[in-house]
Parts: sequence; C-alpha cells; structure tokens
Amino acid sequence: MTNKSRLFNEARLEITINRLCHQLIENHNSFSDTVLIGLQPRGIYFLDRIKKILKNILNKEVQSGILDTTFYRDDFRSRTIHRAKETLIPFLVDDKNVVIIDDVLFTGRTVRSAMEGIMNFGRPKKIELLVLVDRKYTRDIPVEPTYCGIKINTITSDRVEVNLAEQGFEKDNIWLIN
Amino acid sequence: MDKLISKDLLGIKNLSIDEINLIFETADKFKEVLQRPIKKVPSLRHMTIANVFFENSTRTKLSFEIAQKRLSADIINFSSSVSSVKKGESLLDTINNILVMKVDMIVMRHPNPGAPHFIAKNINAAVINAGDGTHEHPTQALLDSYTIKEKLGDLKNKKVAIIGDIYHSRVAISNIYALQKLGAKVMLCGPTTLIPKYIHSLGVLIENNIENALKWCDVANVLRLQLERQQNIFFPSLREYSLYFGINKKILQKINKDIIIMHPGPINRGIEINSDVADSSNSLILDQVENGVAVRMAVMYLLSLNKV
Repeated sequence: MTNKSRLFNEARLEITINRLCHQLIENHNSFSDTVLIGLQPRGIYFLDRIKKILKNILNKEVQSGILDTTFYRDDFRSRTIHRAKETLIPFLVDDKNVVIIDDVLFTGRTVRSAMEGIMNFGRPKKIELLVLVDRKYTRDIPVEPTYCGIKINTITSDRVEVNLAEQGFEKDNIWLIN
Repeated sequence: MDKLISKDLLGIKNLSIDEINLIFETADKFKEVLQRPIKKVPSLRHMTIANVFFENSTRTKLSFEIAQKRLSADIINFSSSVSSVKKGESLLDTINNILVMKVDMIVMRHPNPGAPHFIAKNINAAVINAGDGTHEHPTQALLDSYTIKEKLGDLKNKKVAIIGDIYHSRVAISNIYALQKLGAKVMLCGPTTLIPKYIHSLGVLIENNIENALKWCDVANVLRLQLERQQNIFFPSLREYSLYFGINKKILQKINKDIIIMHPGPINRGIEINSDVADSSNSLILDQVENGVAVRMAVMYLLSLNKV
C-alpha cells in the first residue's frame, strides 16, 4: 500500500520560497556578481518564482539562465526520457557566483552534470545549490545544498511528486509517496 | 517518440515524420551547444566511431568528424585509397576487422548503392550512410530541410526546386523524400539527359527551363555537375550547360523574386552557379555547412541511445 503525505501546499510553498529568497539576499547582496541557473524540467519554475520575488525586493532583474543536463548525464541511456530540453544561458559565468536551482535533490547526479554543463560557459567564482526538497541518505555522490526548503528522510524506493500550477495543476502540491 | 526506431540511418525513405522532427528538435539543442565557449558535451564519450570512406569527401567527412569530437566520441578514420581494400580485401572483412577493435558506430560512404545497407544487415553496430553511390545521402537531406525550416519556419507547401545533375545525385533522392515527408512541393529542373526517366513516379514536377523553375520556387537547391560520374556525354559542353542551366544574378533579377539559394557543395563556380549568387545575401550555403554539424550530432546522439 502506498502512503502519500504532503510536504508543501500552496501557502507553505510561498513562505518557503520567500525565506529562500531572503537567504539568497543575505549572501549575495545586490546580485551584481551572481547569476541564477534553473535546471530543466522543474527547476525553471522555481527560478521564475524566485526571480519575481527578488525583483520585488531588490527592484532589479537578477541575471538568470536555464540549463538542461541531458547531454551531461552519465545515465542518459538507461533513463526512460531522452529528449533534451532547452538550454538558454546568454552570458558567460566567468568570475560569477552561480546559484543552481532545482526542485528535488536525490542522488546528486543531476547536480554533478549541471556543474559540468555550467563549466562550459566559463569558470565561475563559486557554485551554490538551492533546492526545495533535500532527500537525505539517498546520495550517490557527495553533493549538498547551500539553501534548502525542507530536508526529509527517505529511502531510495520513496518518491517525491512535484505538482505545480505552471505544469497545469490546479494548485501547488508537493507529495512524498512511500 | 524519444529515439529513432532503427539502429541505423541508411536513408530518408524509411524515416517517419516523427523521427525527422525528433532529429530537428535535437539538432536545435546541439546548435545551442555549438554557440557556447566550450562547444563540447560528453554524451558519446563511451563510444568509438569509425569513419569509413570508400569515396572522396571533404565537407561530409569533416562535418561528421567535428560532430563526433563535439560529442566526445573516440574516432578512427579509414580511407580506402590507403588501405588493404587495394590488396583485395572484401567490404565485410574490412568492416569486421574494424569492428573487432570495439567500434560502436560506422559512418560509411561507398560508391556502390546499397553498400551501407548490406553492412548494416551483417553487423550489430549502428551504421550511418554518408552517401552510397547515386542512391541516398540522408544527413545531407536532413541538414538541407533543417536549414530551410530554420529560414522559412515551416516546409509545408513551400516550393523547392532541385536544379542540375539529378541523374547522378544521391542528394536529390534523399532531398525529395525528406521535403515531401515534411509537406513541401518538389520540382526537378535540368537537361532531360540528367533527369532519370522514372523519377516522376516519386510525385515530383519536372521542368527543363530554368527560368520557369526559378519563377515557381521559394527555394532553389542547386546541385553540382558530377563530372567524375559521367562516363557518357550528357550535354554538348560545360559552356552550354552554364548558359542554359547556370544560375547568375542576371537571371534572378529578370524573374524579380526573392529566392533562397542552396548548394550541397562542392560548388563548380561559374558552371551551375555564379559567385554573385553563391555569395549573395539570399544564399544559405554556409548555413547548410554550419547546420550540418548540429544535425549530424543529433543523428549520432539519437542512434547512440539505441545501444544500451
């Protein structure tokens, strides 16, 4: 029997993203040397939400891009979906602080491939990682988030389901299924 | 659809519209990769690809080779002119000797139609046809259609005239299949002697007057006169061919229409096309070469997905 418990509803998600934005501002001040990179497919939705909030607070647009990691993955032949999505990083990341944004941190392999992808756009000063859900004890490689919405204890067979309004769902909901 | 149905790319004839569109979508992504400061992805670092060319090639071979390097594949290059083929080794023996060195993919050009098909049937590695005699040249047709699509947005109901030496052209056959599958209308134009007798059965229009063809079309894909394949005399002289079928600025000004000019290369300047047209702003000839790398990256990447 599967168990479905809610990690985020719409209100909780809004509060958490707001908190993450303030943490970003604490570390990056005016974002003059910082760029945000959202990972396909769902990290880009959080990127958009974070950008909107930062714009309201800072009164300026933070430089950002989106990255698809398909071509950098080490498991691309064994996954079911192979179709690459759009990458759009219209700037160099030389000497920039790069914040990678994704929805769920699981094995760490996506983030590893994202870092390899980002290096193709220059040599960043620093790379940080922002995730909404950190699944502890499931890492294949040593990758840890700099900013995190929620940490949860999971086993490999558990699943985190992210349903966002941007994907066509009526309301935002993030579920843990085990 | 996320990958190609067949393990090989031997021609356009058996490729579905969905497969062509998947190749184009993937090529879009690789075109973006080619704009980056580091134009390389590690997707094929686990693969070894052999470029086996039994016929001369500059553009196609270079394009495949750079595409393979951008995908991080290991490459070996084989040229029949400096190989044991000269000592009488059979085609299958040559290929099997290459494969035993743990090669995963073969890119093959051969003067005989069907040679890559024969090899594909007999080996497990993926085979890409880089031109087999006068039969097919699928990656050239894909990059031609991709280039037209990029310029015009869509190929549906676009009129494409393929002009010149149709008889000896593998580019023409593959282009006809690709363009028709994508909804374009195709006209062939050239001297009657250079248009194969039964080619109208493919549902193409035939025209012997260059001015009429240019008036009709949105895109003119001009083919090279393949003098090296012409054992018989197909027209009185190069001068006469150029006079009746050569494309120059004067004839384009006369018809007064904005036509996209393409050529798969290498160009015989002053014979099938003049420099004032080949180098004009309407020419997509260099775009074709640039897109060739992205399209070939897409084909090899997608075929590599079948090898798990």
